[in-house]
Amino acid sequence: MIHPYEPDLLGFARRHAVPVTFVALCLTLCVLSGQGPAFLAGEVVTRLVRNSFTTLSLIVPVLAGLGLNFGIVLGAMAAQMAVIAVVHWNMSGLSGFLAAAALAVPLALVFGWLVGLLFNRAKGREMVTGLIASFFANGLYQLLFLFLVGTLIPFHDPGLLLPEGYGLRNTVNLAPVNYALDDILSATWIPHQGVTWAVGGAKKADSAPSVELPNPVAQNTSGQGTPVKVPIGTFVVIAGLCLAIGALMSTKLGQDMRAVGQDMHIAEIAGIPVDRTRLIAVAISTVLAAWGHLVYLQNMGTLNTYSSHEQIGMFGVASLLVGGASVTRATVWQALLGTLLFHTLFVTSPLAGKTLMGDPQIGEFFRVFVAYGVIALALALHAWRGGNQK
Amino acid sequence: MRERVLSLYEKWVVKHVAEIGIPRLLIGCFVAALLCVAYLYDMNLSLLLSDSLVRVGRNGILVLALLPAVQGGLGLNFGLPVGVAAGLVGLLVPMNLDVGGWKCFLVATALAAIFGWLAGLAYGWLLNRVKGQEMMVGTYVGFSAVSGMCIFWLLAPFHNRKLIWPIGGIGLRTTLPCTSGMSHILDNLGKLELGQLAIPTGLLLYFLLLCGLVALFFRTRTGLAIRAAGENPLYAKACGISEDRTRLQAAALSTMLAAIGIVAFSSSYGFVQLYQAPLMVAFPAVAALLIGGGSVSRASVSHVVIGTLLFQTLLTIALPVANKVVTGDISEVARVIVANGMILYALTRGPR
Amino acid sequence: MPHILELTGIAKEYYGNRVLKGVDLAVGEGEIVCLVGENGAGKSTLMNILFGMPVVHSTGGFSGSVKIGGKSVEIDSPFKAMACGVGMVHQEFMLLPGFTVSENIKLNRELTRPTALSRAVGGLDEAAGRRLERLDHAAMDADARAALARVGLEVSEDTTVGTLPVGHKQFIEIAREVDRKNARLLVFDEPSAVLTESEAERLLETMRALASDGIGILFITHRLDEVMAVADRIVVLRDGERVAELKKSEASVQRIAELMVGRKIEKRELPPRSFEVSDKEMALDLQDLKVEMPGEPVTGVSFTVRRGEIFGIGGLAGYGKLGVANGVAGIYPSGGRVLKDGEDLPLNDPAGALRRRVAFLSEDRRGVGLLLDESIELNIGLTSLQVQGKFLQSWLPGLSLLDRGNLRGHAREMIEWLDIRCVGPDQPVRRLSGGNQQKVCIAKAITLDPDLLFVSEPTRGVDVGAKQRILDELVALNRERRMTIVVTSSELAELRSVCDRIAIVARGKVSRVLAPDAPDVDFGLAMAG
Repeated sequence: MIHPYEPDLLGFARRHAVPVTFVALCLTLCVLSGQGPAFLAGEVVTRLVRNSFTTLSLIVPVLAGLGLNFGIVLGAMAAQMAVIAVVHWNMSGLSGFLAAAALAVPLALVFGWLVGLLFNRAKGREMVTGLIASFFANGLYQLLFLFLVGTLIPFHDPGLLLPEGYGLRNTVNLAPVNYALDDILSATWIPHQGVTWAVGGAKKADSAPSVELPNPVAQNTSGQGTPVKVPIGTFVVIAGLCLAIGALMSTKLGQDMRAVGQDMHIAEIAGIPVDRTRLIAVAISTVLAAWGHLVYLQNMGTLNTYSSHEQIGMFGVASLLVGGASVTRATVWQALLGTLLFHTLFVTSPLAGKTLMGDPQIGEFFRVFVAYGVIALALALHAWRGGNQK
Repeated sequence: MRERVLSLYEKWVVKHVAEIGIPRLLIGCFVAALLCVAYLYDMNLSLLLSDSLVRVGRNGILVLALLPAVQGGLGLNFGLPVGVAAGLVGLLVPMNLDVGGWKCFLVATALAAIFGWLAGLAYGWLLNRVKGQEMMVGTYVGFSAVSGMCIFWLLAPFHNRKLIWPIGGIGLRTTLPCTSGMSHILDNLGKLELGQLAIPTGLLLYFLLLCGLVALFFRTRTGLAIRAAGENPLYAKACGISEDRTRLQAAALSTMLAAIGIVAFSSSYGFVQLYQAPLMVAFPAVAALLIGGGSVSRASVSHVVIGTLLFQTLLTIALPVANKVVTGDISEVARVIVANGMILYALTRGPR
Repeated sequence: MPHILELTGIAKEYYGNRVLKGVDLAVGEGEIVCLVGENGAGKSTLMNILFGMPVVHSTGGFSGSVKIGGKSVEIDSPFKAMACGVGMVHQEFMLLPGFTVSENIKLNRELTRPTALSRAVGGLDEAAGRRLERLDHAAMDADARAALARVGLEVSEDTTVGTLPVGHKQFIEIAREVDRKNARLLVFDEPSAVLTESEAERLLETMRALASDGIGILFITHRLDEVMAVADRIVVLRDGERVAELKKSEASVQRIAELMVGRKIEKRELPPRSFEVSDKEMALDLQDLKVEMPGEPVTGVSFTVRRGEIFGIGGLAGYGKLGVANGVAGIYPSGGRVLKDGEDLPLNDPAGALRRRVAFLSEDRRGVGLLLDESIELNIGLTSLQVQGKFLQSWLPGLSLLDRGNLRGHAREMIEWLDIRCVGPDQPVRRLSGGNQQKVCIAKAITLDPDLLFVSEPTRGVDVGAKQRILDELVALNRERRMTIVVTSSELAELRSVCDRIAIVARGKVSRVLAPDAPDVDFGLAMAG
């Protein structure tokens, strides 16, 4: 019998098998990718900025016993609706971003509430319901923006509509709100040259182009000099969210969520409003996902109207699981670590595929396989253990 | 008088609606309405119906593949891509050897059945360990299978120049034309042409033959055991039936049918689609079964046939009709909404 | 002594079945009142009424009055009961395994402190604001420690409950009730069933301590020695009536046992046998059978059943009587040795038992016995088809299909013989009444053509008229087909009316094998173990 706190490497590895495996995999892939640390650091920082908020939005429903909330895709849709409206109204900068964040809240609340109602009707299979709900909502979303906007819904903005006069363009330029949050305060590190600070995007004009790397292989030639931009502002917001989740879980509401998450029946007997608590958890998660998606979009600078949101659920869930979380247990640290690992894998695997097989496509297929595979594995392990306990 | 009308309403309308099921009724009415609209717009109904019959034959077996899983208590088998992947491997073996015609179809079907059965046993073994979460695990096992097979298609030892990318000499192409004589082989078997209405007799008979075989299977001792264990595992246990065994058989049969189904599909379509193409294959199939009146825990061959007929007719007719009424290709969006809406409906109603 | 609880003239009907017929019950401050009675005597219904369980109100409510602390109250929900200061120590633990002891004791009664946010939200919506207050763990832990001290459990309040032994959980459950500031009356519903001897002893001490603090205690138990150890007063329920109220000085274990069971046996004349039942021919011989059946554990049962007799197994709920048949039939994991006709019967092998012509009708008819959505005919024939290959028609070598015609004919015969009221053999059994469902089960068993039949709770959930018919069918099977039958039932009267001998199982063992006309007191004592 080993004491759980004893420094015991094997035991540690066994208890944290998933993250340990992925750390090893990531390190291998980093080496195989043949890229310098500056390039990797830059990429990983960017990915953390973009995705950690969304991954964090999954924690609350896990603790409330709803499992992995694939319904956060609806939150992302709310965010996209809000950001389209903001662009349409010609708002820009931080005020535009904040307006979008404010507008996304009522939308996400409504969506989250509806998803929560579905979950309460499908207790015990929330996850598959959430997944299908996200597909279904995606259909409605396409119906709305491809066909109804400009026809049934009076909306005339040639900049946003397709040439036919109805339906939104496939991409929306988000330049007005690009880096709105990142640039509140950012630090740029250029190897061998030191760090430069920028406040409120003052140095935006000459800020490094390193954030967008459409072709990582080509970037490789730029060598060691690639600057790494660290958007301190966004990281502060993410840290704030982590604290807020902690604070929420230490309230009476958070305690109720944990109780409902462990056993709905006992919680009900104790007088906790089970269904309502679950609804609140889903609504909170959806609103956070909407904000998370806005953080992602302001960093990206463009919106793929019909695809930006689609992968959000899968990436978020895979990230959380890679960090060592399970269907019933998740912490802020697991979310952050998972985002870091999963996206490192995502960046490096095509490069490693190129090195190994001379074909980046293998790496691309590999990372998709890992994303799906890790979710399948985690779900199977969870159900497996759950079954054994009975 | 009012009471009499009400009691008549209770007796006839409520009872019959309950029997047919609201979804089936709605979709049926919708299809009927579409047909009317198509007629009013002077569209070529014969062509539409021919098209819809071909699609019924093509997709029917994939819907049928869901049946053993539902009967066996595994729920809706979102892991259909596992079988599809196995079937594609079986299909590519004769194609790689440049075999064509019936020989190719039969060999491919036989290999698909074997690979499908084996893959299904492995899949069933996993599902036995995740009781209660089959649908969620199945969905992601299916996704993983498709993405894992993507790597396989790139690396697999197929060397036929017609199949691989022209440059590099390795890796299968995304879409492969079927070997000569293999495409439409079932469609053309005893094809009937009544004016412009073409009936793919062979394809439909093949689908109905498999339906018949499955129906017969569920009247054998093994089939009845699967059904009993799926409905009430405790009952099965008291009968001395091993639930784990029947679930394994159900998963293997379902996966095998999916493998056979994709061979028929590819042959009728004329092309083999690899890589990401089979990713979402389970969802329209599940929707068809549910529209036909099946549920998470109960389904029959008639649900399969009716559901496929309704759903595929809906899809074939919706496209041209929608294009007449509204501009733009709304049918794909409609398919997504109808299919997933149907599945959501079933998930929130079915027993736990 | 002022009364904390006064129940007067409580009567309750379930679907025309009178389960309580004007019961009075009072508990005084600091008094321990024991409530004893057989299964079905009305104890649970009385408690359901006291706790305002929804099942009472959804079935038409009750009549009579409830007074707490001298005031008439209408308890329409469990929360109302709690608010009135009535606490319940559940039979199954209502504890969250992942929470600490302190969190469990304070479940949904957490102590909180307002924060800026909770005040702001509270201005808009008071309840929402309260939910946003921060937990005050220090204060909660202090309360938990005090409650633990009162029940005498030495365990740290920050231990996770899931890691604790069963006995501790029972005390935490009590501590939670004690922690309520307004706790005045505590109901203990068979709390000692899961405890070891020494834990049970401590439980009684805790009860005495709580009573001396002025809390009234209502103690429901089957262990008569415990009753004698702590009770100030004893109330005996039988068939929904309060048959006696004894002071401790008037009571003895024998007297209580007699009062619990006592009823006039209507010994009906059973049809005579055309064959002889003798001690020489044994149909079944159980040797130290152990069965792990949740809620009905069997720890070692031995008895023999003579060929051709009707043998009864009786006893109180949770004491293991149901486990015996389930173990022999292979439904739950079992150990020990079972001989049928002198040869070993394989254990844990339902198919093996069926092949040896041992059939079992489960007490859980709807859960185990039937496929509710399938037709009557399939329910009747499927087990025989699976085990014996009946109703199969060979089409090709290796391909046999269900022979519908044959099955339907057989089903029609059974429907007629057992008088199953239905639309036809293809009607789903879900739509049948409880009695007709039971007849379908009997038809299923007859189709198997067993020579040894286990029947558990044959008349549970069956309306009064059909009860006698089902018992008559069992007797007919025994007399006409020479079937050996083992009946397990909670209704002792039922067993006494049809059985040749009755084994009483208590705490997982056979306490006695009695003749049906043995004195009531013997049955009562045997049942209490």
